[in-house]
Amino acid sequence: MTGSRVLQRKVVDAVALVFAGAATLFGLFWLFWILWTTLQNGIGALNPALFTQMTPPPGSEGGLLNAFYGSAMMILLAVAIGAPVGLAAGTYLAEHGRYTRLGAVVSFLNDVLLSAPSIVIGLFVYEMVVASMGHFSGYAGALALAMILLPVIVRTSDEALRIVPDQMREAAFALGIPRWKVTSQILFKAALSAIVTGVLLGIARIAGETAPLLFTALSNQFWTSSLNEPLANLPVVIFQYAMSPYDEWHELAWAGAFMLTLFVLGLNIAVRLIVRRRKRS
Amino acid sequence: MTAYVPAEMKRSRSAGADRTFTLFTAGAAWLVLVLLGATALSMAWGGRLAFQTFGLDFIISPEWDAVQGKFGALVPIYGTLATSAIALVIAFPVSIGIALFLTEIAPRWSRGPIGIAVELLAAIPSIIYGMWGLFVFAPFMGANVEPWLTEHVGDWPILGPLFNGPPIGIGMLTAGIVLGIMIIPFIAAVARDVFAEVPAPLKEAAVALGSTRWEVLTKVTLPYTRSAIIGAIFLGLGRALGETMAVTFVLGNAHDLSVSLLMPSNSIAAAIANEFTEADSELYRSSLIALAFLLFVVTLIVLSFAKLLLVRLKRIHGRTL
Repeated sequence: MTGSRVLQRKVVDAVALVFAGAATLFGLFWLFWILWTTLQNGIGALNPALFTQMTPPPGSEGGLLNAFYGSAMMILLAVAIGAPVGLAAGTYLAEHGRYTRLGAVVSFLNDVLLSAPSIVIGLFVYEMVVASMGHFSGYAGALALAMILLPVIVRTSDEALRIVPDQMREAAFALGIPRWKVTSQILFKAALSAIVTGVLLGIARIAGETAPLLFTALSNQFWTSSLNEPLANLPVVIFQYAMSPYDEWHELAWAGAFMLTLFVLGLNIAVRLIVRRRKRS
Repeated sequence: MTAYVPAEMKRSRSAGADRTFTLFTAGAAWLVLVLLGATALSMAWGGRLAFQTFGLDFIISPEWDAVQGKFGALVPIYGTLATSAIALVIAFPVSIGIALFLTEIAPRWSRGPIGIAVELLAAIPSIIYGMWGLFVFAPFMGANVEPWLTEHVGDWPILGPLFNGPPIGIGMLTAGIVLGIMIIPFIAAVARDVFAEVPAPLKEAAVALGSTRWEVLTKVTLPYTRSAIIGAIFLGLGRALGETMAVTFVLGNAHDLSVSLLMPSNSIAAAIANEFTEADSELYRSSLIALAFLLFVVTLIVLSFAKLLLVRLKRIHGRTL
């Protein structure tokens, strides 16, 4: 091996390492650019009216109260529907159907569903619910969100139960406790914090979902507490206002974007802190 | 259901309750399958009018004219594929670089925080990417990057026409870059995890033979993790194909077929998002649903490939797929 060959390899290596560092900086650069943009435009647009006034007509000022309310209601309803069903399916995958063919198939397709395009799910709920009811509604929006939440909960609750040590199951069975009681009263308790973490991650995921709400909840300029009508919600309002030509609407869109980012990233970071603390203890 | 139930428990009085509980959880598991199947079927059913009316023309004709009731989806199909390809070209090398940095180069204390920061890119809602893309990134591209591209790359023999166009900021190149940023965290996370799982003795043997870190990566780590890395690329592709909001903001909703990546275009997801609530005829709506069907089937196939290739990868808690 000649000296120049060694030098060449060293140079290639150094270039590669510099590239790896640059790639990481490249990734972080976008994160900070996007967060900075949101912060810069969002902070300036924040004011108390945001939380006390309704979405305004074009060219005038207002708030986002109805959008916050609508989003909160739909997320709560989606969790109320998606979390129990997802937990049950996750329980099947981890406990009752761990070695069954159904378990394997569901586990596989559930992961596929996790990354499936959410706009198609919105269209599905449109076809099933909106078309048959004849109008857009908060219920339809909540169902679409629940469908996106479902695979997240299935996966996280499956994993939460699988990390419960088998000794706990064996000890419970040895005491003669029936299987359903072992699962529902012992394993769920042992896995509780991990299951809750999964639900929080799921909420973070659906809070920003816009595409599935476009044809289900639509939006509503006015206040309504009824989920049976088109319902204002933060993502769709941000979308409509950002795409509009009005400055007042752009301001509101940025304020909404800031609140949404704060909520979603805050939840993500909180979940990671919880997980890390649990691992330590 | 053939769930495993110990023989002695079948005799106990609670066998009935056990069976009910198992059936209940199995029912929930079935629901996942039913929802997936029902979604595909309902899209196929909703799109049947378009498929019957246009046949193969639906896919190969670029003519999308709502007034005359002619719907050929070549432009959104091409836009979807082109933007996803741009995204992969950007995201793949960057993700491998990030994974290499996080597993081999970065000081140990910094790996956790940097890894989390990269993962947070995946947590930002896509509508935020869209707003940033529309108000900040597209103007930046239009003012700085695109004029430069047209001037310096625009007259190259084969690549030239791709980068020759009006510097308006909005278009396939901008959309592809935004998509690329969005899928970096998915590919990088998988790559980092599989890189960390390469057995240390393999790498140590290569180092003992005098390999540089670059040679360890290309001759040991990448061959060892090849299937998972390809799986990660498919995962990123599946994500990019179906991404809606970010693309809708920066793609321009144009129905003209253009070679130049600097021109506005359309994507399947963006066309549905923009036009579905305005679709005023049965055929129009059906055409959009038929597009959704194509998108759904293609992403399911791509994501299934990803899942098959990643199946050996140990699941890491809290991460999905």
